[in-house]
Amino acid sequence: MTLSDLANPTRFLSLTTRILPWLAGATAILLAIGLTQSVLAPDDYQQGATVKIMFIHVPNAWLSMFVWGVMSIASLGTLVWRHPLADVAAKAAAPIGAAFTFLALVTGSLWGRPMWGTYWEWDARLTSVLILFLMYLGLIALWRAVEDPSRAARAAAILTLVGAINIPIIKFSVDWWNTLHQPASVMKMGGPSLDRAFLIPLLVMAVAFSLLFVTLHLAAMRNEILRRRLRALQMLQASQRPALP
Amino acid sequence: MSALGALIRRDIRIALRVGGGALIGVLFFLTVVVLMPFALGPDLALLGRLGPAILWLGALLASLLTLDRLFMADHDDGSLDVILMSRTPLELACAAKALAHWLAAGVPLIVATPVLGMLLNLDGASTAAVALTLLAGTPALTFTGMIGAALAVTLQRGGLLLAVLVLPLSIPVLIFGVAASNAAIAGPLSFGTPFSILCALSLASLVIGPFAAAASLRHGLD
Repeated sequence: MTLSDLANPTRFLSLTTRILPWLAGATAILLAIGLTQSVLAPDDYQQGATVKIMFIHVPNAWLSMFVWGVMSIASLGTLVWRHPLADVAAKAAAPIGAAFTFLALVTGSLWGRPMWGTYWEWDARLTSVLILFLMYLGLIALWRAVEDPSRAARAAAILTLVGAINIPIIKFSVDWWNTLHQPASVMKMGGPSLDRAFLIPLLVMAVAFSLLFVTLHLAAMRNEILRRRLRALQMLQASQRPALP
Repeated sequence: MSALGALIRRDIRIALRVGGGALIGVLFFLTVVVLMPFALGPDLALLGRLGPAILWLGALLASLLTLDRLFMADHDDGSLDVILMSRTPLELACAAKALAHWLAAGVPLIVATPVLGMLLNLDGASTAAVALTLLAGTPALTFTGMIGAALAVTLQRGGLLLAVLVLPLSIPVLIFGVAASNAAIAGPLSFGTPFSILCALSLASLVIGPFAAAASLRHGLD
């Protein structure tokens, strides 16, 4: 089984029909384990129970960038290899990535309220995640602006790759801007080294969220393929309908 | 080479003549700056402190406004197809078009800066600093904006979509442009650091912009 075998959407559909239940089951089990461990993890001596937001927040933040990476690879697949499923993958990933980014922002702001005393702080990390969220929304707007999927796919692929080059630059400039405007007084974490009691649940949650992404992504890709077939059938039907007298 | 020169001359000539609309950008710039005191109040000290930021925001929005003319008119009258089919590499043609657009629409913004700086209570040295950072930074705005313009023209959509796609990409230019201006005016920071990064951003966009725009035109217009 190579990547080019998957180019046949029918084969892709039959394969994912078989593996999706297993993936969903593994995700559910890992999420259950991770959440239990997170609940049982000890409170932080400084932050109290709010430190447990971390177990949701960090995997979301991690995936918000990972999904853009997945979309960039899919965009290369669209532009370079013209892989028929690459643009389906890129299109399906965008709303999921936006959702992860949004959750990272919301959990971060909920965490910030008891820790920093404010829901929003123009902190470098928060700001660059917010810009990433804006870029996701722009990309989704681009997808939705054009009816023809293959045309939209190539435009979105170029924008995704330009974004992939620009995201590190934006991150760097926002870091620079932030250190210029306010000295590092807000961002005080428990320290760079994380205790094992926190590290293990965090890693479990990270793996669980990654599996969740794969599951959701495959399901969204299936929906997109079926949606395109439906559209093709509808257009066929419309073209065969006799003209009105 | 002569083909590129001809393209640049043609674009500038079209932009400056009746119906070209390059100078509308300057008028928009002026209007935005005039609007600011109505929102912020006529406090000259406050305006002087915010001056570089206001000028940079105005220039950013004005250059965004003129961007959709970059390919749209050529697409409508069919000359974009001629450029696509010509033997000149499309990347170079895109770079030439962006250069012409910058000369016609970007340079007037910089020329207008001293007058607008006076309105915002900036002294001579501060105005010169803002104008210098605009001179170094506006090419980056044009060349990254060109990517959005190329995407918009292949999708037959302009306006808001273009703005939504281009504005997040121009955040670094805005950050370093304003930082360099402020460093030159008041800041304890040296002017050289942010200014060099601003120049680096312009040079990088000079490379990335034409390739991405050419790829978008090639994939989108076939």
